[in-house]
This record gives sequence, C-alpha cells and structure tokens, in this order.
Amino acid sequence: MKVTKIEKHGFEKGLNKIRKDFTLFAPVDCGEYHEFKEIENGEKPDLEAVNTHLSPKSAIYPQSQPMFNYTLDENEPDHHIMKEVKPDLSPRAIFGIRPCDAKSFLIVRRNFDTEEYKDPYWIEPYEAATFVGMACSAPCSTCFCTTAGCGPFNEEGLDLLLIDAETCYYAKAITDKGEKLLESAGWLTWVDEPSIDKEIEDLKTAAENRIESKVSTDRLADIETNDLYNASIWEDVSFACINCGTCTYVCPTCWCFDIQDENCGSCGIRMRNWDSCMFPLFTKHGTGHNPRETKIHRVRQRFMHKLKYYVDKYDAGIQCVGCGRCIRSCPVNIDIRNICELMNNHKQEACAS
Amino acid sequence: MLEYNDKIRAAAKRLLKEGVVDMVIGFKKGTMPMMNEPCLIKRPEDADTLVWDANCGINLANYIVGRKEKIGIVAKGCDSRNIVTHITENKIERDQLYIIGIPCRGMIDKTAVTNLCEGEITSVVCESDTVKVAGNDFEKKIPVSDVMQANCSVCIHRNPVIYDELAGEEVVEQTDVDRYADVEKIDSMSTEEKWNYFEDMFSACIRCYACKNACPLCYCPTCFVDEAKPQWVGKSQDKIDIRTFHFLRAYHCAGRCTDCGACERACPVGIKMKTLTKKMEKDCFDMYGWEAGLSLDQRPPLDTFKPDDPEAFIK
Repeated sequence: MKVTKIEKHGFEKGLNKIRKDFTLFAPVDCGEYHEFKEIENGEKPDLEAVNTHLSPKSAIYPQSQPMFNYTLDENEPDHHIMKEVKPDLSPRAIFGIRPCDAKSFLIVRRNFDTEEYKDPYWIEPYEAATFVGMACSAPCSTCFCTTAGCGPFNEEGLDLLLIDAETCYYAKAITDKGEKLLESAGWLTWVDEPSIDKEIEDLKTAAENRIESKVSTDRLADIETNDLYNASIWEDVSFACINCGTCTYVCPTCWCFDIQDENCGSCGIRMRNWDSCMFPLFTKHGTGHNPRETKIHRVRQRFMHKLKYYVDKYDAGIQCVGCGRCIRSCPVNIDIRNICELMNNHKQEACAS
Repeated sequence: MLEYNDKIRAAAKRLLKEGVVDMVIGFKKGTMPMMNEPCLIKRPEDADTLVWDANCGINLANYIVGRKEKIGIVAKGCDSRNIVTHITENKIERDQLYIIGIPCRGMIDKTAVTNLCEGEITSVVCESDTVKVAGNDFEKKIPVSDVMQANCSVCIHRNPVIYDELAGEEVVEQTDVDRYADVEKIDSMSTEEKWNYFEDMFSACIRCYACKNACPLCYCPTCFVDEAKPQWVGKSQDKIDIRTFHFLRAYHCAGRCTDCGACERACPVGIKMKTLTKKMEKDCFDMYGWEAGLSLDQRPPLDTFKPDDPEAFIK
C-alpha cells in the first residue's frame, strides 16, 4: 500500500497543478445542493459534500451526447453521410468522488463494455479518466453502501483514495493512474508507517459503524424469478409512484438511453439521451402496443432489474451501490430499502385455486 | 394537525367496514423526515397506518383519475378543488367519492427547512406555530411561517370546498395576503430581465417530468412530450425544448390550476415552475373573476362564452 500525506494548507496548490494536466470534475456547492461538474476557472470544489444531488455518471456519460452529425444539403460534398463526433478524450480527473459512485462505474461498465459489444462513447472517456475518491467519514442516514456490496472506504473503481484525517489528507494510490496524478500534483510525501495504516484502518471501521441503514439481499438470487414477478406486492409498491424519471436520472447505476436524430434545417445531429424505464414511451412499440402499459409494470421493471435480473445475469450482487439518492429525491417517498426487503423476504404465495 | 389522525383513521375504518367505499386514499408515514407516502388502504385493519401532518403536500386528487371503484379520499383545500375540477372535466363521478376533508394550515417546504439547518436532519415535528428540527448534533425551533410552502402562505382556500365529512373544525381563512406579489415582480421586469430570469430558472431542469406527473391536471393519456407520431419536442437537454415543455404545460393548466404546489414540491432540482401557472391563475382571476375548482355548478372560463368577455377578438 502506497500512501502519501497531503497537508490541507497545501492542498489547493496541488489541485491547481493537476488542472494543468487534467480537466477537473468535482462536487461544487450550488446553493441549494451540490452538483458534480466540470470545474471552471475560479470555481472551488467542495470536498466535504457527501452525496451530490445528481450522481457523477454524467462526467463520463452525459445526459445528452452527440454521436454523429450530418447534412442533407446536396451542395455539400459529404451530404447524407454520418460523421462521427468524437467525445472529449483529454485526460480528466473525477475528483472527490465517493466510493459508492466510483463503484457504480464498474456496474455500468457491464453494460457498455462486453465481449460482444464495445461502446466507444462510454469506454473511451471512462478510460481517459482518473478516479480520485474521497472516503466517507460522515455518511448520510440514507446511505446503505455496506450492505449493497460497497462501503465508505471501498476502493473498487478508484485510482486513488483520499482519506480526511483532520489536519491532513492521506492519499492511497491504488493504480498507476493514481500515482501519476499524485506526481502531477506534487503530492509526494510518501509515508510508510504502521501507525498510519492503523489510523486509516480505524477511520474505516468508525465510518462503517456509522452506517445504520441496511438492506438484505441474501435470498434474492434463489427466489424464482417468475414468483417475484407475479408477487402481490407490486400494486402496493407502485401505488404512490407518479412515474417521473427522478429515481433513474439521479441513480449512478441507471444506464438506459435513447437515440434520436435532431434536425435543424438541412443539418442534424444523431444523439443519445438518458432514458427512463419509468416513462411509458420507453417500451412503446411502433405498432402502438405497450408491453409495460401501467405504472405497476414500470415500477416492477425498475426494481426487478436492479435487484433480480441483474443479480441473475451477472452473479455480482445488486445493481445498486446504496448511495440513497433515489430515496432522497423521490417526490413520493418510494424507498428502495423497503422494496428490497419485501423482495428478499418474498415467500412463494399459495395458489388461490 | 396531528389531531386529525384519529378522525381520518376512524372514518377510513368505518367506510371500509360498512362497504361505503372499496378503498381509501391517504398518506402513510414516510421513511425520511418531512416525507409522507401516498397510500391505498383496502382493509379496515390497515387504516391505522394513515397519517396527516404538514408534510402531505402531494396532491391526492392525482390518484383518482379514471378509477372505477368507490373511493374514500383524504383531501385538504387544494386537493378538494382539484377533485371538483376532475368532476367538472368528467374524470370521476361525484357519487364514486367519499371525501374526508382536511381543514389545512399549510404545508412546510422541506427545502426551506433543510437550507436553514447545518448538517443532516433526522427528525422534524410540526407543532401549531413552530417546526422542531433535530439532527445528529443540533436542535432548532423554526417559526412555521418561515418555512411554509410559498403557495400555502398566500392560500385563501384552506378549507375543503367539497366534502362528506371533516376531520376537524374549519380553520380561519387567510385574508390579508398578497397572492400575486411574485407575479407582479416578474411583470415589472424588462424583457431582458425576464429572459434571464426564466433562462436561469430552467437551467437546472433534467426533464424528469416530476412536475407534470405530480400535477392532478396532467392526466392526458399521452402527454405531448411523449407523442412519437409526430414528435413535438426533442428529448435532449436543448434549452428551447425544455422551455417548450414548461411553457406548454403551464398553458394547459390555465383556468384549472389551484396553486396546490405539488409540481414544485416534486421537482428534484428546485425549479419554481409554479411562477408560470401563477400568472395564468392571476390572469383568469383578473379577466374572468375565476378561481378554479370552487364549485361544481360553474363551467371553467376557457370552455364557456359570455357576452361580456374582456377580449375583443372573440366578440
């Protein structure tokens, strides 16, 4: 384990050095809430921010992303040809990301980077990024990462982990990319003392103990998929839902998108936009038929995908990192923790006949 | 408003037991401070989960559109006005409903409370004039008037306008309120200031559509934003598409909006889109003396003609 010590008074200087080599994305205080965004000149990141309002997924996977542009003007030599719009692939540092959000990229990667399909629009910016985590010492009451396969000091998906130790930060290099960023910042006061390892270990245990919120997921894999699909819980679970896209848009692990051509005169852009399984249009067929016609169908889909289909397909836990954003932002207080319990505790229902 | 709980529960139990209704729509306690969840009660023994407090700002009239059952519904002043609108617009029959009316003292604005507190809030109790807030390392008392939802602080219809029984005595209606101060403030801006004001307002929009989906008026089988043949608006973060959505939605609510505030309450990014509908509300009041959802006997101003219509073009 390679750890450097960064004095807090020298932190900003290092951050400014990084900006020469990297585009910086970090949490910023926007008044009513924190946003994870590209830091422009003069803007200051707020590393105390716990969970930003929207997840940092847009740093790699923007809500609207041009893929191709084209012209239909026959006077242009390249008319009717789709020309690829390359995403910005300059090195970027995703700075101050919380461990749950960093882990979420590994979950999303299972969708965009498979043996069969490689999505360059997601993979290339992802590979150009260095993920600098900020360990959580004061989690929110809605954080349930420790039972969602993650944790406040979890290192998966990170290149570097910063740990706040009051007067200084410890920076733990996890990958070569992380070490390079430390060099770029000039944060090279390497420490190799068992007492510091112990200090970090103690901070980690204390942080984990502060997480009171939990979900149970142990039975999800063994429950028969059709039993759960046909369970009687869904009418109740979905009643309050207004079918807005809030939960899916704030979620770091929701990856669904829609591709649209947008024309202006004789020019156009083919772009992809986040989509949401909460919207009726998400599944509407060209015939007009909609296999997920009611909100019961749509709410069931969201939770079955995250907590059952994903579990069955990848055998790698749930498609959730326990950040709690959907719980905080849902206008009608639909709480994934309660639904996970209902699903995990589901017993085969007696046949009515 | 906690004293309403017993009456709501007793009424729900009685109605379900006697078979007067098939279900009761109300709120159950949420899992977060300042949040309650709309719920559907079908068995008398579940009626005790019903609650009422100052965190019931979601409009329950949104949950009855097109239902065929006999429904008991808990309704504060604005909810009752939206129920009247639904009946007028043939979305539900009066005979299908048993309305448990709530004389309302206003809802609290959870963002306002959060902004007044440092650190995470773990409990919020609303008493008659004070909101008691507690967090991990703080306790605070805030006057209710400081954190009341903007629409509630200028509301003049706190008592339900239609009901079958009341969960408490009627409250005194507010009379000394300036209902349209915010609209007048925008009216007085220059064109450029207005442009910047609305550009800034909608810059945070993520197009989740929580505002329209929380709105009882937005019951079109397919909203224009979801139409695919033809597609009226783009799906991206394009500013013009975002404004088109908000402006068109507001126009669809003209003469129908009760200023219940569910749209703003539901918005995950704090957009004050009610500014638009409030202007429509003011225009309808100024031009036609109309306030939505007050009576079952009057047709809305936009589906009737009167010879004294103030607009010259229609004469």
